[in-house]
Amino acid sequence: MSILAVENLGKIYSGFEAVKGVSFALEAGEMLALIGPNGAGKSTCFNLINGQLAPTSGRIHIFGRSTHGMAPRDIGRLGVGRTFQITATFASMTVVENVQMALLAHHRRQWQWNRWAAHYYEEEAARLLALVGMADQAERSCGELAYGDLKRLELAIALANEPKLLLMDEPAAGMAPRERNALMSLTARIAQERTIGVLFTEHDMDVVFEHAQRILVLNRGVLIAEGAPAAVRANPEVQAVYLGAGALYEAKQ
Amino acid sequence: MAPLFSRSWPLALRVSVQHARVFPLNFYFDQFVTGLASACSLFLVASGLSIIFGVTRIVNFAHGAFYMLGAYIGFTLTEQFSGAFGFWGAILLAAIVVAAIGTLIEIILLRRIYDAPELFQLLATFGVTLIVEDLALLIWGPNELLGPRAPGLKGAIDLFGLPFPTYDLLLIALGPLVLGLLWLLFRRTTWGVLVRAATQDREMVAALGVNQKWLFTSVFALGVFLAALGGALELPRQSANHTMDLQVITEVLVVVVIGGLGNVLGTFLAAIIVSELNAFGILVFPKISIVLVFLVMALVLIVRPWGLLGRAEAAARAAGGAAILRWRPLAARGRLAVVLALAVLALAPLAVGDYYLTVATEVLIFVLFAASLHFLIGAGGLVSFGHAAYFGLGSYGAALALKQFGLGMEAALIAGPLLGLAGAILFGWFCVRLSGVYFAMLTLAFAQIAWSVAYQWSDVTGGDNGLLGIWPSAWAAAPAHFYWLTLALVAAGIAALRMILFSPFGYSLRALRDSELRAEAIGLERRRIQWISFAIAGGFAALAGALYAFLKGSVFPDNLGIPLSIDGLVMVLLGGVDTVSGGIVGAALYRSLSIWIISHTDYSKLALGLLIVVLVVLFPKGVVGAFESWRARRAPRTGGESS
Ligand SMILES: Nc1ncnc2c1ncn2[C@@H]1O[C@H](COP(=O)(O)OP(=O)(O)OP(=O)(O)O)[C@@H](O)[C@H]1O
Ligand SMILES: [Mg+2]
Repeated sequence: MSILAVENLGKIYSGFEAVKGVSFALEAGEMLALIGPNGAGKSTCFNLINGQLAPTSGRIHIFGRSTHGMAPRDIGRLGVGRTFQITATFASMTVVENVQMALLAHHRRQWQWNRWAAHYYEEEAARLLALVGMADQAERSCGELAYGDLKRLELAIALANEPKLLLMDEPAAGMAPRERNALMSLTARIAQERTIGVLFTEHDMDVVFEHAQRILVLNRGVLIAEGAPAAVRANPEVQAVYLGAGALYEAKQ
Repeated sequence: MAPLFSRSWPLALRVSVQHARVFPLNFYFDQFVTGLASACSLFLVASGLSIIFGVTRIVNFAHGAFYMLGAYIGFTLTEQFSGAFGFWGAILLAAIVVAAIGTLIEIILLRRIYDAPELFQLLATFGVTLIVEDLALLIWGPNELLGPRAPGLKGAIDLFGLPFPTYDLLLIALGPLVLGLLWLLFRRTTWGVLVRAATQDREMVAALGVNQKWLFTSVFALGVFLAALGGALELPRQSANHTMDLQVITEVLVVVVIGGLGNVLGTFLAAIIVSELNAFGILVFPKISIVLVFLVMALVLIVRPWGLLGRAEAAARAAGGAAILRWRPLAARGRLAVVLALAVLALAPLAVGDYYLTVATEVLIFVLFAASLHFLIGAGGLVSFGHAAYFGLGSYGAALALKQFGLGMEAALIAGPLLGLAGAILFGWFCVRLSGVYFAMLTLAFAQIAWSVAYQWSDVTGGDNGLLGIWPSAWAAAPAHFYWLTLALVAAGIAALRMILFSPFGYSLRALRDSELRAEAIGLERRRIQWISFAIAGGFAALAGALYAFLKGSVFPDNLGIPLSIDGLVMVLLGGVDTVSGGIVGAALYRSLSIWIISHTDYSKLALGLLIVVLVVLFPKGVVGAFESWRARRAPRTGGESS
């Protein structure tokens, strides 16, 4: 059974239809890319899936459960990890404290009040940071990190939740090309090892074609193509969207 | 202070309330029409506040002060000119003069802090309020000034058998007229279109190349003009006095919370609702009429958190901004220093006399109060402008336990904090539904409601006379003994707060402040965590309040007044919001300083107001923040730390 099933999803923002009739499914351990030009509705889809936005129409099932009416934290508790297009981390904490916080929340220790937080899950946090290659920055303040490092920290935070579904909105934006590939290889490896299904979006086509097992193409809120990378690349409609609207597609350098 | 919401109840009502609870129908009608008249100036002031907020995103606390200035200057001018032309000319001129003063303040002060967190803006405008209060005292003296009646409108007409002042009829017409004029101004002039555009999207206006500075200034001038006009127009109905600023600002905050900040029509509707509730509230709850307004406000907030016609705000700015200082529990050396400091404090009674011991006890009590507020603001980013409510509930809880239930001091010191805790649980439930300025305004409104109940419910609370004879048990009665008791409880309270701060719960609270999005995504329950934190902070503030009751031997409504809430904010700000110990150091400094100022000058508000303004502009990181940044610069490798 698919871990994520989206049926006929639609979202209207005060009159503007950002997502129309989108349907797809994601299998366990699969790397699925959702691509499309700026403003196609990718982030909207992510926000609908993790409960930050309520859909105007359509259904979402995660691990076979309907997420209708569920808050982001309840969906997170199902085992859904999330990274944001604009990074969201705890700026007043250090890198390791960010991960410890995520671990505390995952283990439902947030009500504990009589022991220092710094003593919890030190090893797990160190392991997660090592996994994303941030071990040497553990003690740095989160507010002073480079953008690419923030993205990696977000991945570590998302993994603290032991997710089975990972939603990554432009996980590699703001990184150098080599870094991007490294991050996505790492993500793919982790996803395979832990059979995590990953839905990600990315503007760098080399990264997408290299790491995605399957690709969804969104344009103006509508899915216009779906399939293996080679087939999508050859699809004339996709080429028209990308070549015709080349100016829109600026992130590809 | 005069009772809140008591303006212009007709004498007939005040008399009849005491004699009969059944009124003839025409009486209700008269009551209704009086409410409509009161709504006029309330609407003028509130719409000014709303317009200023819409464009500049500043909640101008000094709006009440401008309203008061309008009344005072209007009084002086109407004395100068005579005749109908003179009266109306004077009212208009008063509003223009105050608008000019407001413009000056905007240019000198507010332009520097438009980008600062809300806390700073609210504090700065509160500082202006304090300065204006003392200046008014200097210029117009302490007595209430009875204004002139409007020429030609001195009489009353017969309204179904009851006399009704003709001036009130004029006010009833004036409200909709001003609403219409504002509508024309915003719809039909270029300036108005710009203002509306700026209200909807500030960045866009900047991009259009409009001179944003002067747009802000002109909007501020208009808002102040409306406030001052509202004040001057009240002259024939009520005397000008020194409490009208805080009185009106609370009503106005309730109005904008109900109507929706930034929406003029919503403000108009809410002004009528609030005025009518005041007019009829006294029939339903003669002793605590304010409860009705409170219930309606609570109801509106549950159904429409942004007010009847308001729109949801974009994500609120975090109170402290991105903190660069790392929060750390005390290291071994720090702990040793604390132990030494506690030892010195414990030995103080051997060295100093009773007067200084009493002062020290008071300072300690405020250290706990500020630490509890700092927990909410520094860690939670929840800027409460009404923290004194819980301090005062603690005081009253302790005093009532002693007086009404005949319990001893020991039990009273438990009952007080419990009452404060209960209040914080009740009010907090509503407050954590909002954020940013809405949160600040709601906490302020709740505190003022608590104050009004203490003031109006004189059977239980003693009203303005307070409750007297709240003395400690014999074993703690000597100043040194009470000092030791206070020291022990304050130290324990602060230790507990710090424990919570560095525990997973405290981290969760900070996580929610730093990034609500991320905190929700990892599964933190925002409302519940913030609600419990609100209750914790309220409980410790109440402990401070209970101690304070026994220190002073009495409890007064001032214990929950706005000035005390603001004192708390100044202490936190003075110490440094983004530091762990900011509240403690700030309180020690500020309370000592203000005790000293009060004993050396009659114009303490002027001095404190200036201090606040200077602090906000020059010293935004606070004392501890400045010290820790300085230390971090000396040892750059370790990075900034705060403990
Ligand atoms: N809260 C909102 N209200 C109104 N319109 C919105 C809102 N959020 C997004 N939109 C609009 O919906 C469309 C889709 O936005 P979305 O952020 O989902 O695009 P995206 O594919 O993620 O683009 P990008 O590649 O730039 O991140 C855009 O036209 C955007 O302007
Ligand atoms: Mg996006």
